[in-house]
Amino acid sequence: MHPNYDLPLYVPKITQEQIGLLERLCQACAVAGDESEVRQVILEQVKPYADEVKVDALGNVLVTRQGKSDHCPRVMMTAHMDEVGFMLVNEEEGGLYRFALVGGIDPRQLVGKPVLVGREHLPGVIGAKPIHLTDAEERKHTIPVDALRIDLGTEGSSKVKKGDWATFATRFAQIGPSLCAKALDDRLGVATLIELVKHAPANLDLLVAFTVQEEIGLRGARVAGYAFNPDLAIVVDSTPANDLPTRDGSENASYNTHLGAGPAIYLADRATFSDQRLVRHLVQAAETESIPYQFRQPGGGGTDAGAIHTQRAGIPSVSVSVPCRYIHTAAGIARLDDWNNTLRLLYAALLGFDASFINNPA
Amino acid sequence: MKSLIKTLVEIPGPSGSEHTICEKIRDEVAAYVDSLRVDALGNLIALKGEKKAGGLRLMLSAHMDEIGIMVTHVDENGFVRFITIGGVSPRTCLGGRVLFMNGVQGVIGCEKLEDINSQPAIDQFFIDVGAHNRQDCKVKIGDVAGFERSFLDLGNRLVAKSMDNRVSVAILVEMLRQLEHTPHQIYAVFSTQEEVGLRGAISAAYGIDPDLGLAVDVTAVGDTPKGIKMEVSLGNGPAIKVRDSSFISDPRLVRWMVAVAETNGIPYQLEVLERGGTDGKSIQLARAGVPTAGLSIPCRYIHSPSEMVDYNDVQGAVRLLLALVSEPIVLE
Repeated sequence: MHPNYDLPLYVPKITQEQIGLLERLCQACAVAGDESEVRQVILEQVKPYADEVKVDALGNVLVTRQGKSDHCPRVMMTAHMDEVGFMLVNEEEGGLYRFALVGGIDPRQLVGKPVLVGREHLPGVIGAKPIHLTDAEERKHTIPVDALRIDLGTEGSSKVKKGDWATFATRFAQIGPSLCAKALDDRLGVATLIELVKHAPANLDLLVAFTVQEEIGLRGARVAGYAFNPDLAIVVDSTPANDLPTRDGSENASYNTHLGAGPAIYLADRATFSDQRLVRHLVQAAETESIPYQFRQPGGGGTDAGAIHTQRAGIPSVSVSVPCRYIHTAAGIARLDDWNNTLRLLYAALLGFDASFINNPA
Repeated sequence: MKSLIKTLVEIPGPSGSEHTICEKIRDEVAAYVDSLRVDALGNLIALKGEKKAGGLRLMLSAHMDEIGIMVTHVDENGFVRFITIGGVSPRTCLGGRVLFMNGVQGVIGCEKLEDINSQPAIDQFFIDVGAHNRQDCKVKIGDVAGFERSFLDLGNRLVAKSMDNRVSVAILVEMLRQLEHTPHQIYAVFSTQEEVGLRGAISAAYGIDPDLGLAVDVTAVGDTPKGIKMEVSLGNGPAIKVRDSSFISDPRLVRWMVAVAETNGIPYQLEVLERGGTDGKSIQLARAGVPTAGLSIPCRYIHSPSEMVDYNDVQGAVRLLLALVSEPIVLE
């Protein structure tokens, strides 16, 4: 299955080098609408390897690595640079800011969380009343977002302004076989695609889009798909693992994915039916290379594939995600093995794309 | 034409799994068209005719997908959990039967409800295929099924699941069979994934880049007891779409369609659909925009396993469609 190269064969593997890069990516603050911190890291990483790099009108980073022949499949891969977070809306007295959510965050996840605000990553807190001052009735209800405030202390207000973005303040940590960080959705995808840009196989044109504003409507991907107009697209994201035991002891039938069960191949979500040939291709690559994999439960959610697959005259698409518990909260947990196997699966899939995947627009 | 409708409605093919119905339609039209192809999203695109003086490039779209379900989990006792594909109401699930794409059949059961007066949610249902345990179960995560109910010929009225939209597929097929002369280049698109967001038509319209678009689909009626207030009734002829909730027909096209219907003595109705979208939206917004309208078949009990149409309306739709595409189109 491996084509002949006169180069040492690349064995895809996550090592401390890739984990270090992921840490930089997760620590960067890039809420939908201002992805510049992540963009800078990506540009620095891919420029030495890319045949072409472009930042488009919306801020997507579009990277091309050309294949050896003139007639090879054009394979697009995407990962989104943005994370969910907050935007300061209004300053009130004494360094308190009203804020809005950017992307899907459960309001119950906010109270008492430390945050980082603005380009300087100024620390603040989404203030919560101490328990001494609350009563039982109050504790039953979720505090609405417009009743919460980001408290920057009195000095902070001179360094930030309304319109600035804020993120959770979680520090990246490796805990044994697991990673704990904010924005694993989708810095895992970003780190994976940076690695694939560096080691792109020669049998295809690899068109990598690091997209903007996925979390607020798959916006960057829409134009990236139109611009690249590839033969097919593989989206690399992160998806919830809702795999904890149920409270009543019954079988968990809505786990979405399981941590440790490998990369999750999408069959269908709310936005896209995966191209069935691409699903079969991924499954075959996994089975040939003995890579563990799972199917993400159909239904709910969406990835950049939703915006890409209906572009132009249609682009066969599929998504593959690294399972992650607690995504869209302050701290998610993913397994290193799942990330490693996702990289291995994607690379094996790339090696198998031959001329039969080229679309002839009729 | 009744046997064509019967054949088409009984083939399972929910959104995303249109390959079987696509093959069948191919077989039905191949002898009557100039070319056929399947695009990247599975749309079946048939081309008939060449653009002559006074002719246009037309895109007619009838979606070939239906609503259905997809398996999300098979539990340890072999019961199958699912999500819906397209607008499936929990009320139509109770006691329903399903037919999977791989031929397996099953029954829809429900958990015990705390409150028998409340409506169950989809995640309280499960499908029973007669398996004893997970290993025994012949379906797996991702498998797709349509609802199963046999076709009924009640004389003037025909009943089946998937009249939405196989009846329109039949109308387009019949139009292609009967069409002899046209000044137009006609793309008859049997589109995919309409029920989940009008998706196939988006890329089909981009690829074809038509001068004019027509979506052929079913529409609701206002003629059942304490039903919605709507002027369309079964048996009063095919409906010329003024608007639905996804797009507004180009008024010039509506006037053209009315004029052709009146000239040819074909009874018709005007349709204003308050809730319901069609491929017309995707065609209208393609590229730099396409003048688009809709031709609709009045249908009772849409998105239930027993959708009812009037056979005269269906035949009238074929006649109207033939009249519309056989002559140059004058819009004013």
